[in-house]
Amino acid sequence: MNNLIEVTELSKTFTLHQQHGIVLKVLRNLSFSVEAGECLVLMGNSGAGKSTLLRTLYGNYLAAGGSIRVRHQQQWVELVGGAPLQVLDVRRQTLGYVSQFLRVIPRVATLDVVMEPALARGWGKEAAKARASELLTRLNIPQTLWQLAPGTFSGGEQQRVNIARGFMVDWPVMLLDEPTASLDERNQRVVLELINEAKAAGSALIAIFHDRHAREAVADRYLDMQAPCTADQEFVYAG
Amino acid sequence: MTAAVRVNRELAALEPLFSVNNVSKLYGPDKGCQQVSFDLYPGEVLGIVGESGSGKSTLLSLLAGRCLPDEGQISYLREDGQLLDLYASSEAQRRTLLRTEWGFVEQNPRDGLRMGVSAGANIGERLMAQGVRNYGELRGAGISWLKQVEIDPQRIDDLPRTFSGGMQQRLQIARNLVSSPRLIFMDEPTGGLDVSVQARLLDLLRGLVRELGLAVVIVTHDLAVARLLADRLLVMRNSRVVESGLTDQILDDPQHPYTQLLVSSVLQP
Repeated sequence: MNNLIEVTELSKTFTLHQQHGIVLKVLRNLSFSVEAGECLVLMGNSGAGKSTLLRTLYGNYLAAGGSIRVRHQQQWVELVGGAPLQVLDVRRQTLGYVSQFLRVIPRVATLDVVMEPALARGWGKEAAKARASELLTRLNIPQTLWQLAPGTFSGGEQQRVNIARGFMVDWPVMLLDEPTASLDERNQRVVLELINEAKAAGSALIAIFHDRHAREAVADRYLDMQAPCTADQEFVYAG
Repeated sequence: MTAAVRVNRELAALEPLFSVNNVSKLYGPDKGCQQVSFDLYPGEVLGIVGESGSGKSTLLSLLAGRCLPDEGQISYLREDGQLLDLYASSEAQRRTLLRTEWGFVEQNPRDGLRMGVSAGANIGERLMAQGVRNYGELRGAGISWLKQVEIDPQRIDDLPRTFSGGMQQRLQIARNLVSSPRLIFMDEPTGGLDVSVQARLLDLLRGLVRELGLAVVIVTHDLAVARLLADRLLVMRNSRVVESGLTDQILDDPQHPYTQLLVSSVLQP
């Protein structure tokens, strides 16, 4: 067994205090693990909790119960209830997250946005710049745009900048939330290549793809997450 | 890989730079702040958010040792490795700390600058307090820091009152950073600035925090500012910390009813 991430009985609920304290149980008792070089694809209808699962694994959403263990620099680290400093270190070194949305920071140039994950790991500026240039070139972002802040770019360009940023460094465990959505065929192919390169380099991937072609190009295993049916959904008034 | 392993070891061996234990100061029932505890580590940026009157500024004054608490302790790990009990030390010691290893960026730059002396003298003051007497060295530091905060170095002999609000705020930051502090307190540093100036200042702060490895405690009511700068947040309401955790988790999945209200009340431009 060469697992890089192990999830046991993970659950996630949302309590909406502003809406009469409704409790939504989105994830219940999920257990799975992913090995090095393997890609697990999450399956389920819209609303089944696929994105919620990725965000919970990343610590962006607070798990309600269960365990998320990640192999972080030769040691197992528990992320549920982990100290913020520890979670941030895992995010810097081990756990990557790529969505289709770029969070734009005013005034920061595209090249700097892409280089950031490498600089955060202590890479030299030149090495980071070389890698960022290579990725932006592969993802067909014209060089004339590299020194501009991506705030004014088209949706597709912003998405590709975000993907370049996501693949800037090697992540032992990588979470991908529809990275190929709404990309044209040429760029979609590049992203699938990047994903397969990450797999070959030994990353464990957990991904969401709505596009069947993309899914079949990278998936090794599927996790079925059927939508919670309404009869099963519990509405509890907490307030 | 070796570098990464080293970082992890450092993390494991890390001691808090600043440790706050059950600090309270009340001006009336639930007015002020009470029972606040947290640890701050080197290089970490902690944001304190909450509405006006929730006790943010009172807490910041207590943390910086500008006023004394009704109860509670703060210990600070000095550069020489000694642990300092903040409230047990003398006022002179606390002032020295604020001028050397710490910094305080006021919301209104007029409170943090000396308006009657030049920009260069404002920057040089802390260095002089640390014993630097060489004119060339002081002037060199002035020019270098004006450049770093994106103020034209030719303005070095001008009085701060001839500067715009955004420039004054950047000058205040330079004045604080020149002595290489390890811990900076900031009270709404982008408060009265218009958005374009604010973006520029935030960008500057982000860069400086990373390059200098500063620990920062920043009070703000602007959640976007908090998201951009802070690793971790404390949410305050009616003098108490109601929620704390990773910044993005607090903002994207707030747990406490008040935090949910706060986050859902933000206008999207």
